[in-house]
Amino acid sequence: MAIAEQHEPKGFIQKYVFSQDHKVIGLQYIFTAMAMCLVGGGLSVMIRAQLTWPENAWGAEGAAPLVSPEAYLSWVTMHGTIMVFFVVSLALVSGFGNFLIPLMIGARDMAYPFLNMLSYWTIVPACLLMLVSFLVEGGAAAAGWTAYPPLSALPEAVPGSGLGQTLWLLAMALFIVSFTMGGLNYIVTILNCRAAGMSLMRLPLTVWTYLTSAVLGVLAFPPLTAAAIMLLLDRHAGTSFFLPGGLVFGNEVTPHDGGTPLLFQHLFWFLGHPEVYVLVLPGIGITFDIIATFARRSIFGYRTSVWSLVIVGFLSMIVWGHHMYVTGMNPYIGEYFSIATVLITAPFAVLGMNLVASLWRSRISFEAPMLWALGTVAVIGAGGFGGLFLATSISDIYFHETFFVVGHFHLMIGVVTTLSIFGGVYHWFPKMFGRKMNRRLANLHFWTTYLPIVGVFVLMHFQGMSGLLRRYYDHSIYDFGGDGKVLALTITYLTIITAGSQVIFLANFAHSLFKGEVAGSNPWLATTLEWTSPSPAPHGNWAGTLPLVERGPYEYDPGREYGEDFTPQGASQ
Amino acid sequence: MKAGNPPRTPWFGLLFWGFGLAMGIGFSLGWLPEANSAHGHGIDRVINYLLVTTGILFLSGCYVLGKFVMRYGRGEAQPNSKVSAKAEAAWAIVPVILMCAISEVGVLAMGLPVFTQIYGEPEEGFNEVEVVGKQFEWLVRYPGPDGVFGEVDHAKVHDLRNPVGLVKEDPAAKDDIVVRGMVHVPVDRMTVVRLRSLDVLHSFTVPLMRVKQDTVPGFTAFTQFTPEVTGPFELACAELCGLGHYRMQGTILVESEEDFEQWLSKQEPWL
Repeated sequence: MAIAEQHEPKGFIQKYVFSQDHKVIGLQYIFTAMAMCLVGGGLSVMIRAQLTWPENAWGAEGAAPLVSPEAYLSWVTMHGTIMVFFVVSLALVSGFGNFLIPLMIGARDMAYPFLNMLSYWTIVPACLLMLVSFLVEGGAAAAGWTAYPPLSALPEAVPGSGLGQTLWLLAMALFIVSFTMGGLNYIVTILNCRAAGMSLMRLPLTVWTYLTSAVLGVLAFPPLTAAAIMLLLDRHAGTSFFLPGGLVFGNEVTPHDGGTPLLFQHLFWFLGHPEVYVLVLPGIGITFDIIATFARRSIFGYRTSVWSLVIVGFLSMIVWGHHMYVTGMNPYIGEYFSIATVLITAPFAVLGMNLVASLWRSRISFEAPMLWALGTVAVIGAGGFGGLFLATSISDIYFHETFFVVGHFHLMIGVVTTLSIFGGVYHWFPKMFGRKMNRRLANLHFWTTYLPIVGVFVLMHFQGMSGLLRRYYDHSIYDFGGDGKVLALTITYLTIITAGSQVIFLANFAHSLFKGEVAGSNPWLATTLEWTSPSPAPHGNWAGTLPLVERGPYEYDPGREYGEDFTPQGASQ
Repeated sequence: MKAGNPPRTPWFGLLFWGFGLAMGIGFSLGWLPEANSAHGHGIDRVINYLLVTTGILFLSGCYVLGKFVMRYGRGEAQPNSKVSAKAEAAWAIVPVILMCAISEVGVLAMGLPVFTQIYGEPEEGFNEVEVVGKQFEWLVRYPGPDGVFGEVDHAKVHDLRNPVGLVKEDPAAKDDIVVRGMVHVPVDRMTVVRLRSLDVLHSFTVPLMRVKQDTVPGFTAFTQFTPEVTGPFELACAELCGLGHYRMQGTILVESEEDFEQWLSKQEPWL
């Protein structure tokens, strides 16, 4: 294939804006995610401030409340939407996926470079629509990131359900279109563009997780596009897909009839649950690769990990109803979903065990990426076991919609993903920019992020156990959850520390971009193919021929002297 | 490729021992408030069972992770790290069996009896009440002396005159009792709650009774519970329902059988 010659970019616009190079597109996604994170992450601090000082902004005596209930609901909704779909999805799945897949499988680019560019440029208007929706009349969408109708269908139900919700739905539809194009590209690239000798069972686990994620995304996301369009029709064309008869607002009955809100919930979670795995699996994949590199040892149970990933992927498609145990869905169907859901813990526990066992008889180098990867392993455990309390339909009756849920899903799709994104940035920064990031600052960033961010969401589990309900503007009129309320202030301080710590990361990032220690092609002495390409990787990835792959991805031997303890998967001639 | 000395900080493993210790202490502090209903104890048993089993696994995991990091973080050469594919596959069976056993015992062996209490046939002589969610209050309806809930029509709903939309023409509706915000129930007798909504999704939640069930416009959902302690209990909404979601407060007043019957007999029909 001569993609390199065909698409050699000329000029700034073709090289950095409308680029078809997977590495540039990957970085575009990552920078877009960083920008969106300023909004989405900023909102989390504001949400915490409201929850901690519901009466006077920031606890200042005599001050007015920080925010009105309608704006608060918009914040909660937009924080969730932006973080899930426009930060973690973009950075971890689209960003790192685009950057890493061709480099790791030995391809010059993605299978469809133009489609790749198109999917990035479909995300940009989606981001803009989301951001603009803060400025329209009625404010941004306020029905929660789950956008359950009737709240999201009828402007009379909540102020954010006006133009804000319409823009939200359009942006989500664009997001899914983009993600579907990206997913197809991932699948075709991984299946068809592997270098000679790169059999499926020689793929790095990171690539396996992207393959699983892409299949899940392609199968599970389109139903939400349908749901978004149906909801738009309910809102603007008088249909009643999700609206039953007899909805009363201000003594007036709305002219809808025949639909049911539960249909939307099924469609939403048919996307929503696999989406969790779409996000968390690449995080686990990256953790595997970092651990292999710095433990200087082959991954324990490569094959069982691959099969576990496949089984997790399959099971994740048939358990969406566990988000709906108490929604009025037939409880016997809920019982099925419960039995199936808890089975996911089995392949997941295999992955967890393999991560830990990969350290057995290893020789660990405590470079910055490794701290993040090791930290991620413990959080996978904490978040994974917490899920069992919610997957079991009986205990979920108590925990549903409490802070236990908030704590749990943040640990999995907030913390595991964030930690692995940071680990990934520290790990692949040399490949992206040809320089290493500063290690001291990276360590400082680790401690000032890891301890508070884990603290925040573990404490939320305790709040949930005490009964505190989520999506509340103010908890003060209730007595229940009293034990949990005591923790609110601590959680808020920890959130502020976590947010502040990111200044260290940004400073390190900016500094290292220009002044970082120059890295060779393989600064970590790693085995996978991307490290056989120059740093930063040029257009087309390898100057000579494509690498010929001769062995599995993790050929390390901690019995030999450091520096001679690894054998690369293959080499470019 | 020449290699410098990589950093070795085996004490990093203490992070995971600390993590495990903090979780162990944190979760054993007893955050769950006491349950005040018959099935509530069953729910708490499942929660405590999961806390103990997953707790042991998590602590073991943290111990091993910390141990490995400290043991193998010192930079010593490890000549015998190869494990056969067979042994790896055999090891995978351990977590599979453990997790399947632990989780399905929770769902089936411990969960199903509680499930039957909540969703099975109600006990004989149960008290039936309808709770209707609307932005942002709870409307409560009793069937009255005839024991039959009369017909409702949402077109007839008027916030003040006819909050649940009773149909005058239906004789069964004539004796229906409608109350705002306060659900009276007898102690030690099962109460079956019919749940409806007038507008958006709400969720009928009584944390101290371990009760939670959404009200969904378009159909009637059911939940049931048997309170064991008299007194007022907070009723809240657990499904985002709009601006006033956080103040959609109500009360479950659990009374002795005599007090309950006496209160009920004093209520005037709404129509």
